[in-house]
Amino acid sequence: MFESLGDRLQSAVKKIRGYGKITEDNISEVTREIRLALLEADVNYKVVKEFIANVKEKALGEEVAKSLKPGEMFVKIVKDELVSLLGGEKADLYVDGNPSILMLVGLQGAGKTTMIGKLGLMLRKKYNKKPLLVACDVYRPAAIEQLKQIGRELNIEVYDEGKNDPVLIAKNAINYAKENKFNYVLLDTAGRLHIDEALMDELNNINTDVKPDEILLVVDSMTGQDAINVIEGFNNTLPLTGAILTKLDGDTRGGAALSIRHLTNIPIKFVGVSEKMDGIEPFYPERIATRILGMGDIMTMLEKAEEVIDQDEAMKTAKKLEQGKFDLEDFLSQLKQIKKLGPLENIIKMLPGVPKELKNVKVDPKDMAHIEAIILSMTPYERRHPEVLKATRKLRIAKGSGRSVEEVNRLLKQFEEMRKMIKQFKNGNFKMPF
Amino acid sequence: MGLFDKFKNIFSKSKSEELETYEKGLQKTRHEFTSKLKLLNSKYKKVTNEYFDELEEILIMADIGVNTVMDFVDRLKRRVKKENIVDSKDLLDIIVDEMFIIYVNNDVIVNKINYAPSGPTVILFVGVNGVGKTTTIGKLAYKLVNENKKVLLIAGDTFRAGAIEQIIEWGEKTNSKVISSKDKDPSSVIFDGINLALEENYDVVLVDTAGRLQNKDNLMKELEKINRVIGKIIPGAPHETLLVIDATTGQNGISQAKSFKEITDISGIVLTKLDGTAKGGIVLAIKETVGVPVKYVGLGEKKEDLQVFDIEKYIYGLFKNMEDEND
Repeated sequence: MFESLGDRLQSAVKKIRGYGKITEDNISEVTREIRLALLEADVNYKVVKEFIANVKEKALGEEVAKSLKPGEMFVKIVKDELVSLLGGEKADLYVDGNPSILMLVGLQGAGKTTMIGKLGLMLRKKYNKKPLLVACDVYRPAAIEQLKQIGRELNIEVYDEGKNDPVLIAKNAINYAKENKFNYVLLDTAGRLHIDEALMDELNNINTDVKPDEILLVVDSMTGQDAINVIEGFNNTLPLTGAILTKLDGDTRGGAALSIRHLTNIPIKFVGVSEKMDGIEPFYPERIATRILGMGDIMTMLEKAEEVIDQDEAMKTAKKLEQGKFDLEDFLSQLKQIKKLGPLENIIKMLPGVPKELKNVKVDPKDMAHIEAIILSMTPYERRHPEVLKATRKLRIAKGSGRSVEEVNRLLKQFEEMRKMIKQFKNGNFKMPF
Repeated sequence: MGLFDKFKNIFSKSKSEELETYEKGLQKTRHEFTSKLKLLNSKYKKVTNEYFDELEEILIMADIGVNTVMDFVDRLKRRVKKENIVDSKDLLDIIVDEMFIIYVNNDVIVNKINYAPSGPTVILFVGVNGVGKTTTIGKLAYKLVNENKKVLLIAGDTFRAGAIEQIIEWGEKTNSKVISSKDKDPSSVIFDGINLALEENYDVVLVDTAGRLQNKDNLMKELEKINRVIGKIIPGAPHETLLVIDATTGQNGISQAKSFKEITDISGIVLTKLDGTAKGGIVLAIKETVGVPVKYVGLGEKKEDLQVFDIEKYIYGLFKNMEDEND
């Protein structure tokens, strides 16, 4: 919906190419565009100001002036600057305590309770730890019940004392964890406003009494300019060791991440990426930078692809592509691989340089199933030689797949176009966006 | 024309009792008007470029849409030029005035609930995850029960852990009946609830739904279905579809409003968690781009912490409590 910074950058780069040289004059229009895009991504106003000043200074510097491709250099400066603002490396979770105590804090509705479940599952599955979930939110109606249900679903034990004093619950839970040899204690606290003194005191008391190894602030990635007030509010009361960014599976750009990292220096440790309990990922600064820029998240896509794609199959297809051969059999196997990657629109979004009209395309999983049915109704010979498909064969295929002849035709046409594109790719005519 | 007159004109079509509550509210806001805007004016006696830069900062920090702010500042600049305004104090009224114009935009703003002429009034609550839909339902139920209405709550969020228990607790707190089911899908729970409301002559039905991010196509389709189900039982229902938005939401709020509006006929917004430091300025951009007004604001966790939205109070509030920076 927003014109992404990626799109803005592309047009900016074209302009700079035209100038051949970056000057104070011609750059101001470009930096205005970047400024708008960053603000639309909810990056903090002050950070944007500083960012633009830095980019300007570097872009006008020696290196770029001498560069043969000032446009490309400029994009690189913008991205590098963003990554450095987000903090270079990813930060890991504290593991050495016995048990290690984690406390999650944040505003109401940020997603703390869900995140506790996700962390618990991750600790058990990936790290082979025994986590205990502790219900310290005694205020919100049914918050305890929510955690218990999550515990039941994941088969992870939940400690609760009903609506007792949260400080006491936390203390007792830790003793219980020690006795029963849990490796991790995850404290779920009630959502609260950073300006609510009484409730902030309560967190402070938990902190003094049980000394958590990690205090993680859970932040909704859709948060706007107020993010900085929230983060500073919590950070002033509690020694935060990290932050978790939730609901990143929405279409927000997550500029709040910059506020966290740059204005407070707290590392972001994890991000929440779906409503399912395995929807948690480590935070990679580089990736969020490309997301804020709207440049696509090719790294995440590649990683996902690596997890699900059959290497041998992929090699076979790659070879065929190289030879300029690509038939419906390959198309079918590609389709099956892609299906494993999840909803197609998610994949499209991760690709850099995809035109924005295409980014909003909704792909119905049923369409994919129809295409599969049509191809499967062809004989292997037909799949390898689609050119033999004439009226009667098409009619048979349509009947066999339960689709119409028009749909068969449409598929064949799309396939032909794809083939042409692949040939272009092979001949090196395919242009990368940057 | 004075600001207050303008305000009166805008609301002249609303009832006089309502106007009275506003007037009462206004005294307080006038009194509290020790604002960043005033600080800005004491810093810059004359209208300069730096003045506009800082004004822009104030507005953006309140999460008013970026485009809305840019247009707004441009319009102010033009007006300053045209009307030859030199002193910043002469600009104060114009700023608030122009903000009003953005929000009101020649509409008659109705922030009352649109009740069904006869039979139960159905109010559907939608929004992304964690904005406070269930809490808002609880608070509104309390308000309506106090107005002697027979209120039914429907637990349409069958997805999130603990959501049903949460609304049941609100039902107990407010003495309202709750319809829920652990093993039915949302549409059939809602189907049962609406039918019961018809049979037992409920005045108002508040329908909770699961939080859904607006880019999740299948969840949005589910919402479409819920709408159809309600409309089939009671033609013309839901009479109100309220989009609940968290005041801390940034630019994504516009996307939320647009996407939900495409699926359901959003008739109003509930701006929650306004008791924090967030300004919820995004509602101005939402009104400007999508045309949906705010009906209620959530100001705390207690059952009585839901208030009818007051635009003037709100606009003054945008410029308050920001005087903590000295740079």
